[in-house]
Amino acid sequence: MPASAEGPALIELRNISKHYGEGQTRVDALVGVTAAVYPGEIVGLLGPSGSGKTTLLNVIGCVIEPSEGWMMLDRERVYDAQWLRADLRRLRLEKIGFVFQTPNLLPFLNSTENVAAVMELMSVRPREARARALQLLNYLDVGHRGLSMPGQLSGGEAQRVAIARALANAPRIILADEPTAALDSQRAGVVMDLLRRVAIDRRAAIVVVTHDEKIFDRFDRVFHLRDGRLDATAAGGVK
Amino acid sequence: MNLAFRDIRHNALRFALTSVGLGLLLGIVVAMAGIYEGALDDALRLPRASHPDLWVVQPGTKGPFAEPSRIPRDTRDLVRRIPGVAAAGAVTFESVQTAVQGKPLRLDIEGYEPGRIGGPESIIAGHGITESHYQMVADRSSGLRLGERVPLGPYHDPYTVVGLTRGMVNSAGDPVAWVSLLDAQSLQFAVTPPLQRREQASGRAPLPTADINAVLVRLQPGFAPEAVAQDIVRWKHLSAVPQREEESYLTVFVIEKMQRQLGMFMAILITVSTVIIALLIYTLTMDKLRSIATLKLVGASDRTIIGLIVQEALIIGVTGFWLGVAFTSALASHFPRRVLILPRDIGLLFGVVIVVCLLASVLAVHAAVKVEPAQALAG
Repeated sequence: MPASAEGPALIELRNISKHYGEGQTRVDALVGVTAAVYPGEIVGLLGPSGSGKTTLLNVIGCVIEPSEGWMMLDRERVYDAQWLRADLRRLRLEKIGFVFQTPNLLPFLNSTENVAAVMELMSVRPREARARALQLLNYLDVGHRGLSMPGQLSGGEAQRVAIARALANAPRIILADEPTAALDSQRAGVVMDLLRRVAIDRRAAIVVVTHDEKIFDRFDRVFHLRDGRLDATAAGGVK
Repeated sequence: MNLAFRDIRHNALRFALTSVGLGLLLGIVVAMAGIYEGALDDALRLPRASHPDLWVVQPGTKGPFAEPSRIPRDTRDLVRRIPGVAAAGAVTFESVQTAVQGKPLRLDIEGYEPGRIGGPESIIAGHGITESHYQMVADRSSGLRLGERVPLGPYHDPYTVVGLTRGMVNSAGDPVAWVSLLDAQSLQFAVTPPLQRREQASGRAPLPTADINAVLVRLQPGFAPEAVAQDIVRWKHLSAVPQREEESYLTVFVIEKMQRQLGMFMAILITVSTVIIALLIYTLTMDKLRSIATLKLVGASDRTIIGLIVQEALIIGVTGFWLGVAFTSALASHFPRRVLILPRDIGLLFGVVIVVCLLASVLAVHAAVKVEPAQALAG
């Protein structure tokens, strides 16, 4: 367990494998990945193109099922014998926040509504959802853009709104896919600062897939993936 | 939060233009239903005007609105003596074409016996026929005014308009005019002197000129129309058609083709409307596949996505429908035929539009359900 983290792991991967096709056409995207990420920790997931980073992010994000292995997400077992496919949507809704390379804001909703929409999916009343959404936007210093449509936001503002949306369901696990790729180094630094704040304030585990060398020094730990295999020296802490 | 409403707000111009186009199409559908109802109502006004219980007509025929009928004038006296008959009146029906002040005028002339059943139901200006000849009560839709003279017959005899009615037209939309039975018989059956001379020269019997088309019968209380009709058929060798049956001949045989014609057009227009709604909903859905993937990734269920698409289809369809109703209502008085918009038809068409919207959204729903949450993560 790294020094900056405390408590039981929020993400615990056990021998996760994922392959596509069979026989001669079989491609092993992930091979026996075992790792853990703890509360308050930001982990970088690095590797060359095709090394399995996005596949691993999708598996952790309950988007695709692994071919083998299981994991614990915030103390809930996933992909083991008792696991139900119908639970994937619930897990994504309740436990995980996503930040994308592009903000992926819904173009027909303003900033507040983009954040509140996720809360309403969790049956929060509309008025309360709006109030909480505005609080989140203020927390990320974009409260003044609450009524702006996505097309009216700058790249940095849109990414802050996207982070606010990722926090809307109060997740303890945040998965970010190249969150700084479309930003200059100053704005990339701001986004990483925000993620750090979220990790500390909310005791969240954050996994960031990136090729962006300018943020490599912002991670508590780095997982290197090569040909679907995780560098064992960095996986740390799984007992 | 209603996602459909917000997406439509975001695409307001596209939505507005489509709704107006759809509204015009559905407005035509509403107008066609209204034209049919108007024609039906018009057609039934004349046979209902005198509130008869039976129509006595030529044997083997179904009455003056279904096919020609010619019977002797004394039929009325024969029928009047049948037990159960309270009142009887001889009538003729004929369409004529004339011209007033240089403008062509087509009239549906009904000849009747003043004082007996068969005349106009109510007169809104002037009075009924008081003289044996050359007086006329006309519907105001003819454009005629009180005191105006209308030339009728082979010798253009001038008929003076002495009374006006409202809303009395035949199934073709021609205004109805009433004249005395004697005048009507003359208009329908009288032969010109040259023809009369030719008939005499050929040795044939003179053509009857005092025939009528039908006898309208009103029954005494407690007598069933079917039973009295049976007596008339058995003892007087005539056809007797109860009012309800006469109306059904008119609606089933005369109006039915119009109904089929309009129904066909309505079906085509509704199909076009379905395609338009489907096209718009499908393109709106294709435009937001990434948004749908994002919604799924953050935990939205298929039900939420389907709801978004179906609600959009319903909002567009329902908006278009009410715009159509508004268009047609605003233009109804400018149609050459009466457009009668009934709440029953509006309700029925509304139901059809709902079904159309649901059908139109099937393709888009299919495309949206297939979207994988992982597509949101794809660069």
